Amino acid sequence: MTADDMPSPASASMRDTPRRRRRTVPVWAWPLGAAAVILVMTLIHSGGQGAGDILAAAVTFSALFVIVGLGQMLVITSGPGNVDLSIPAAISLSGAIAMKVMDGANGMIAVGLLAALAAAMSLGVANYLLIRLLRIPPIIATLSSSLIVQSIAIAYGRGLKIKPPPAFADFCTGRILGVSNLALVAAALTALVLLALSRTLYGRTLLALGQNARAARLAGTPVTRTRLTTSIASATLAGLCGVLLAGFSGGSSLNMGEEYLLASIAVTVIGGTSVAGGRAEPLGIWGAALLLFLIVTMLNTFGLSAGVRLIATGLIIVTVIAIGGGSKRV
Amino acid sequence: MSAVILPAAARRSGRIDPVRLLRALLPALALALMLGVIFSQQPRAMSYVGLTLLLNLSIPVILATLAQLCVITVNDLDLSVGSFVGLCACIAATLLKDTPLLGVVALAAAIAAYALVGALIQWRDLPSIVVTLGLSFIWTGIAVLILPTPGGRAPEYLTAIMKWKPDFVPLPILYAVALALILHWVMRSSFGTMLRGAGGNPKAMGNAGWSLLRARVTLYLMAGGLGALSGLALVGLTTSGDANMALRYTLMSIAGVILGGGEFTGGRVNPIGAVLGAMTLTLAGSFLTFMHIPPDWQIGAQGAILIIVLALRAVLNRAEERS
Repeated sequence: MTADDMPSPASASMRDTPRRRRRTVPVWAWPLGAAAVILVMTLIHSGGQGAGDILAAAVTFSALFVIVGLGQMLVITSGPGNVDLSIPAAISLSGAIAMKVMDGANGMIAVGLLAALAAAMSLGVANYLLIRLLRIPPIIATLSSSLIVQSIAIAYGRGLKIKPPPAFADFCTGRILGVSNLALVAAALTALVLLALSRTLYGRTLLALGQNARAARLAGTPVTRTRLTTSIASATLAGLCGVLLAGFSGGSSLNMGEEYLLASIAVTVIGGTSVAGGRAEPLGIWGAALLLFLIVTMLNTFGLSAGVRLIATGLIIVTVIAIGGGSKRV
Repeated sequence: MSAVILPAAARRSGRIDPVRLLRALLPALALALMLGVIFSQQPRAMSYVGLTLLLNLSIPVILATLAQLCVITVNDLDLSVGSFVGLCACIAATLLKDTPLLGVVALAAAIAAYALVGALIQWRDLPSIVVTLGLSFIWTGIAVLILPTPGGRAPEYLTAIMKWKPDFVPLPILYAVALALILHWVMRSSFGTMLRGAGGNPKAMGNAGWSLLRARVTLYLMAGGLGALSGLALVGLTTSGDANMALRYTLMSIAGVILGGGEFTGGRVNPIGAVLGAMTLTLAGSFLTFMHIPPDWQIGAQGAILIIVLALRAVLNRAEERS
């Protein structure tokens, strides 16, 4: 078996030897390649029609998943079993706050965006305080806080039917040179995270923390600050996604964050980020988000029902992780 | 009851540590406090009919929480409990009603699938969060195929079991006590000790010659069985099915286990506490109604209860460390 036909990102990177390394495909390329294969299969079925439309839609919708996925990736990278369950709550709350503060006026866009992001940031700080003061794992802290924030979003956003300001809606649905603005925002954030992970003290500490929390603490790295930053980053990215989603879909709704919880974990893990922590793959999130969207599109063009689409999505997640192997359990 | 849940060390020494006792009683105190407030607001709730109405919906939640508890025992986490309960409810409202034999086979296959998942996770050493995340899509997908729109009808016997009125003790309390005692007995038996050991120190258990595969498969099998029972109980109460009817159970079951004193690592679980935790979370909705607070805050109240209990536990843990 050569490195090239190895079925999965994780096993390829685990087994590669110096002799082979030169030919090894980067981990993030696997989901991207799979997405390309799915796109070609869809186009063959449709006789090559609508290639541009499918791709444009895929990139736009993937952008929102990438934004939340980046935050979830940082949390998952910080250690085994760490997951942010408060992402849907942050999305719903930020979307509602942004729409209410902007109140359809172009002049209030910046204020609304800031208010929404500030709310999301406070959620991140609250999550961190729960983790630290109650000494509970992030998954329980974010579960409890998300229940409360979800309630706040429901009470605050009930009967809220405010359209986004025209300029903001235009931005969210608009394109520059054929690429949707949302995708450009997501790309910029991906670059930022890539840079932070490889070049900054924060990024190096996060990876060290995920690989061995005890060693990272004993080595004197700023573990506490890194955990706080991670918690805030995840909540803020989810909040930004909520604001953009509200602008994109013509207003906020109470359950608009629901599908992003499982999706954010799925795109992170399929993208090659280690669930055991310590290894992040920001570029893989793009491939995974495109893959999941294109699979649903393909099954749609094949005329299959919603049930089959759900089963296919699930089978792909299980297959990817089963072949890729865990080596470390959560 | 306190004597049963106290750690073995405290029992042997014959001396009861007040901090430990308080910590063990936390889930029971939370439930008692909530019931106390409800009764003071509406004394008529303190009756056979009142308690039955208040706690009826806790039966499927208790079963789902105990399913989650089995998975947490081996340091895993099940993000698919809710969708699995929904699937079993859909099977019960369609196949089990129209073609009983096929329905039983389908339920058995679903439970067997759970055991297989346990085997897969053990065999490939996979992260349970991701595997069960994928499974949640699969369960909901199958449920949508079986029952594309909400509907179906519960078999008469299921409705009858859930509407049964035993003498003296309200039905939900009877079921809750029975389930708590059975699971407590299983987990405290020598077999259950082996199961918990597989979560507490898998390496030591493996070296001692125990099969970790057998432990994990057994616990997943138990989780599947309890999840299926939860679906049956739910459909017996609501009389019709829907693929998405129990999605909330996933997070509620995790919260219930934690509220009851369980921990994510080390095989530390407490079935009696988990049952009390599930009942407390179910009561949160009615509690707000009796306090004249809008139902918007129902899930918020569940979060607040969780945080308060965890905070009290943290305080008690620190007190114990100091002494």
